[in-house]
Amino acid sequence: MHTHNHFLASQRARFKALWHYRSFVLSMVWREFRGDYLGSLLGSLWAILNPMAMIFIYTVIFSKIMRARLPGVADAMGYGMFICAGVITWGFFSELMGRCPRIFVDHGLLLKEVNFPRTTLPVIVLLSSAFNFVIIFGIFMFFLLAIGRFPGWPVLAFVPLLCIQQAYVLGFGIIMAVVNVFFRDVDHVIKIALQFWFWFTPIVYPVSILPDRVRRLIEINPMTQFITAYQDIILHGKWPDWGVFGLHAAGGLAALILGAWVFHKMSGDMVDEL
Amino acid sequence: MSAQVDVRQVSKQYKRYPSHWARLAEWLTFGLHCMHEDRLALKGVSFQVQKGDSVGIIGQNGAGKSTLLKILTGTAQPTRGRIEIHGRVSALLELGLGFHPSFSGRANAMMTCQMMGLSAEESRRCMPQIAEFSELGDYMEQPMRVYSTGMQVRLAFSAATAVRPEILIVDEALSVGDTYFQHKCIKRIRAFKARGTTLLFVSHDPGAVKSLCERALLLDGGRLLKDGTPDEVLDYYNGLVARRNADEQIRQVESGFGGTSTRSGSGAARIREVEMLADSGHPARAFRVGEHARICCSVAFSTAIQNPTVGFMIRDRMGNDVFGTNTFHLKTGDLHAAPGDLLHVTFRLGLNLGRGTYSLSLAVHSGYTHLEGNCDWWDQCLVFQIIPGKFAFDGIAALPVEARLQVEKKK
Repeated sequence: MHTHNHFLASQRARFKALWHYRSFVLSMVWREFRGDYLGSLLGSLWAILNPMAMIFIYTVIFSKIMRARLPGVADAMGYGMFICAGVITWGFFSELMGRCPRIFVDHGLLLKEVNFPRTTLPVIVLLSSAFNFVIIFGIFMFFLLAIGRFPGWPVLAFVPLLCIQQAYVLGFGIIMAVVNVFFRDVDHVIKIALQFWFWFTPIVYPVSILPDRVRRLIEINPMTQFITAYQDIILHGKWPDWGVFGLHAAGGLAALILGAWVFHKMSGDMVDEL
Repeated sequence: MSAQVDVRQVSKQYKRYPSHWARLAEWLTFGLHCMHEDRLALKGVSFQVQKGDSVGIIGQNGAGKSTLLKILTGTAQPTRGRIEIHGRVSALLELGLGFHPSFSGRANAMMTCQMMGLSAEESRRCMPQIAEFSELGDYMEQPMRVYSTGMQVRLAFSAATAVRPEILIVDEALSVGDTYFQHKCIKRIRAFKARGTTLLFVSHDPGAVKSLCERALLLDGGRLLKDGTPDEVLDYYNGLVARRNADEQIRQVESGFGGTSTRSGSGAARIREVEMLADSGHPARAFRVGEHARICCSVAFSTAIQNPTVGFMIRDRMGNDVFGTNTFHLKTGDLHAAPGDLLHVTFRLGLNLGRGTYSLSLAVHSGYTHLEGNCDWWDQCLVFQIIPGKFAFDGIAALPVEARLQVEKKK
């Protein structure tokens, strides 16, 4: 009971410190964004050109020129929109998941010598990946408006769904980040796992084309529910099943608490090991 | 009023695993299968520091200084014990961490300020002052990668000390570039002190502690060995260091060559023992300016030598010859050494040297200089330190000086 209270109290202190360091966090996010394009002539324009190229490839080239079709959806743009809905949101997921294991390792010296709230590091990665996502998602929405396929209000469902998804990732990612300090293998394991995970999630193919046995396997994957919900919003303007995602919200919160608890328990040992 | 820094029974234990697999084994068995060894870096250290005090923390390598420093800074947590710090802490342990080479000096300085917890607005307000103190001029707008190391350090120090902290923790190992800027930094630290900043200064240089602090803590083997005025603590430290060094020398002689000392010569005569004594007769390695010291050595002869000469040379830490002489120049008289003889030589000299670290080299030769008939030449056989005494001066030599004032009144 005592340690539990201690944990809660320190969480409050962590949030306070995080809030105090908000300008540091925002500057770091901005710096990461700027750093990618520093020294290039077009600068931040690349942040827009890259996702535009991606959307162009999936929609125009895949759907129009190669005439790839989605079963059950007759129109030409359907498959492109389907892929984009999955790939863009998966990108948000995998960027955060892929970067999390390295957040403490990469700033080892800083963590050892400078006293600043360590919780800023996952938040910086979260916001920075969110910033990249907002750009690409914004372009995608703009594209849908341009071709007259904007799904309407159900788009708003992206906000809670993505929050729940990233809560899972952040909670799990912090644990991976802590463990990676002690075993650097975690980073490599995650990188390989993400590759398999991508193909075990119905992103470039619909679940319906799979044989029953495989489909059951794929449906265990929690990302399947998220990605399918995104695809349904984009293609059919369908609101997600709130019952399912209400449970996921609780799960995401649990993941975050578990992550915070592991961090709380291990952060002392972690700095000794760095 | 409660102390600004309150350290109570702080211990720090590091876990040391023989391998990564051992750690995995321990983790997987939830600690039941204990694979690690505990290494105590700090053992029940307690002290209080009042607001505005300056405390020097000294100790040799491995005494636990850096561990204590990390705990005071807040980056490491004590395994046992409690630490309370009231007020904003600024720690100068390593400068320029988190600098990004592609961004301008200004952008990086902004980041340093924000990393210390300042808001963007507060950081921006510090910028003119940082630019001025670092004397970087137009370079502030240049990307960091065109900076020299010295410039980086200047910017880092200027940014890290842009706002006066309530508690300043300084690691003396911190190198802040050229001498000019070094003095500027010390001046700033002194100015902070004058305005009420509590200073915690970690150093293995007793002289620096003496000039900056009113109180000193001596750490040894993770324990707080002594807490008192710098003079008291330094005397104690001298004893400790001298004892250690003596041990080390025996080991060095046994192993033939020490880490830094080199020996050469025909071996017709060998220097057996070297010791540096304070006037009290005790071995010492730190002396106050102007203090008398005795250099004692014994030379064993394996061949007969007519009028052997024994000499010494004192060098500063840059390797410049500072002072050297020998028994020939000192006209100690004629002497014939037969095989098996042991010659004891004592030089007594006034160490009128500026503060710093010096090395002592000894040589035995059969001629008048070491160039002819070098029997044994022992470079850097020991290292000693000169710490400030009552006589305040600048430079490498403490020349005897008197001053007289005479005022001529206007008629």
